[in-house]
Amino acid sequence: MAEPLIVVRDVKKIYQTGDVEVHALGGVSLDIDSGEFVAIMGASGSGKSTLMNILGCLDRPTLGTYRLAGRQVAKMNRDELAETRNEVLGFVFQNFNLLARTSALENVELPLVYRGVHAKERHRRAALSLERVGLGQRLDHTPAQLSGGQQQRVAIARALVGEPKVILADEPTGNLDSKTSIEVMGLFQELGKAGITVVLVTHEPDIAEYATRVVVVKDGLILEDTRHAPRMAASPPKAERPQS
Amino acid sequence: MNPLITLRIALRAVLRNKMRSFLTTLGIIIGVAAVIAMMAIGAGAKAQVEAAFSAMGTNLLIILPGSTTSGGSFGGYGSMPTLTWDDMAAIKNEIGTVRLVAPSLRSTQSLVSEEMNWTTSVTGTTPELFQIRAWPIAQGEAFTQQDVDSGTKVVVLGQTVVDRLYGPTSNPVGQSVRIGNTPFTIVGVLSKKGQSPMGQDYDDASFIPSSTFAHRIQGGLGKFLIGQIYVQATSSETTGRALADVKTLLRDRHHLQPGIDDDFSIRNLAEIASAQQDSANTITTLLASVAAVSLVVGGIGIMNIMLVSVTERTREIGVRMAIGAKPMSILLQFLIEALVLSIAGGLIGVSLGVGVAWWLAAKFKWPMAIQVDVIVVSVLFSALVGIVFGLYPARKASQLDPIDALRYE
Repeated sequence: MAEPLIVVRDVKKIYQTGDVEVHALGGVSLDIDSGEFVAIMGASGSGKSTLMNILGCLDRPTLGTYRLAGRQVAKMNRDELAETRNEVLGFVFQNFNLLARTSALENVELPLVYRGVHAKERHRRAALSLERVGLGQRLDHTPAQLSGGQQQRVAIARALVGEPKVILADEPTGNLDSKTSIEVMGLFQELGKAGITVVLVTHEPDIAEYATRVVVVKDGLILEDTRHAPRMAASPPKAERPQS
Repeated sequence: MNPLITLRIALRAVLRNKMRSFLTTLGIIIGVAAVIAMMAIGAGAKAQVEAAFSAMGTNLLIILPGSTTSGGSFGGYGSMPTLTWDDMAAIKNEIGTVRLVAPSLRSTQSLVSEEMNWTTSVTGTTPELFQIRAWPIAQGEAFTQQDVDSGTKVVVLGQTVVDRLYGPTSNPVGQSVRIGNTPFTIVGVLSKKGQSPMGQDYDDASFIPSSTFAHRIQGGLGKFLIGQIYVQATSSETTGRALADVKTLLRDRHHLQPGIDDDFSIRNLAEIASAQQDSANTITTLLASVAAVSLVVGGIGIMNIMLVSVTERTREIGVRMAIGAKPMSILLQFLIEALVLSIAGGLIGVSLGVGVAWWLAAKFKWPMAIQVDVIVVSVLFSALVGIVFGLYPARKASQLDPIDALRYE
């Protein structure tokens, strides 16, 4: 069988603060396959954000190896990391992080701008991506004219537009009400069915329930790694309730 | 990354804070406008000097008689007649770099018409003088070489003399005017020439044949030429050679041994003119440098605002990096923003500067001298200021850590 999409081996992240060494990650190993929907859980300070940053190629491990889609990330320079983020990954943030006073379409186009895609093709793909998240009618709206849920969907469209292998979502429902949160989780579940890997960081157990796999991090180590049948967000709910 | 898109992003960022962008560029605007206005003032002053000297005659040498030590008496130039009519003929005939030669014998005389009188300078000369000084006749015509040969009593008047004796609109050609006690016939009136660099009125003068002058006014000194000799060289390049040649010729003719001082003096008007222009240039350079300092100050203003802008948009930078912007893309984005500000400032400054220059030219009646090279250099310099002072903030932005930038509140 081919190598998993994400291979993390004995990854350590050590920050030097003055004379004190802080071990944010103390040796983490993790494999994630294509199409998995993984929730990383943990309290603040547990190291889940550090793990997320390393998975997102925003940071490099101090020790250990990280292979993403067959490429060794630990040895990449800043430009190569940027290219990897652009081509393999898509980011969704808690506070959406859309460019203000910029239309939804242009926000979604942005990753393609940095990839050097021509304007016409950019428009086409961005519009398609917005349709995919159900915002095909709001291409010209600026973030200020959209609700929180809609803004997050624009952000998801932006993450999707480059046809990434992995979507990394950092507390994507943190600023949303529960109804909108479920809608967003439903969107992620659909992506999983389409073969896109979703890695989600959250501290809310009921949000983690929508994932197919839950990884619990504590004190820089993986405490638990369980697979379970997810709770389905799509209506009508045909799926059975998860057990745990 | 497409530079056109980078430009669009930069334009949008600049237009988002219109007032701030305008105030940021104000330093550059003032700097560029000042440089252009100063250069225009300098060019205007220079053109004025040029016009004044070309009114005296181009490629002109003036030979003055004189002796420093002669028979125990010391005197400056002009105190003793040392130049002869033969000297003048020799200069004309023997030196290849000389185009025209004319004597200038001067005296102040009272001119009397039927109703008025006016005391003015009377110059005895030959028709060549009008050519040397590029001074056309407005009414009638100049006296001729024949008049000079036969000592005819004819006079050519300057416009100011005509104004005083006959009124500004009259045509006195053919009338008689007395110089001293001798009646002269007016044959021509010279066109208006204006003022000399020293403020003297060129048009307050009258001209008669040199022979008539020597006979009627000086009473005749025979072979000596009591006055100056005007020499026009064939071109501006040969003026220096003509000067040397005239000097050698005259020393030879006057039998001056090596080591003995010249008993004449040669003034090179081109040199005097260029000295005046040099001083005008120095002042222009000084003024423009002071103005250029404000360009640098304007650059610091741009750097300041760009630093603020980078801090304000830290989060945006983080997002751009997260979705795949390379450090170079971020650097270019902010550098181009600084460039847009500085070039826009430069262009506004150019139009303002040209406006001021135009206004000054109109006010002081200067020739309007728009120097394209100065405009191009100012705009390029303001672009350079944008790059130099935009580079540090842009580099700072591109070196941000994406994690920290995303977390920035």
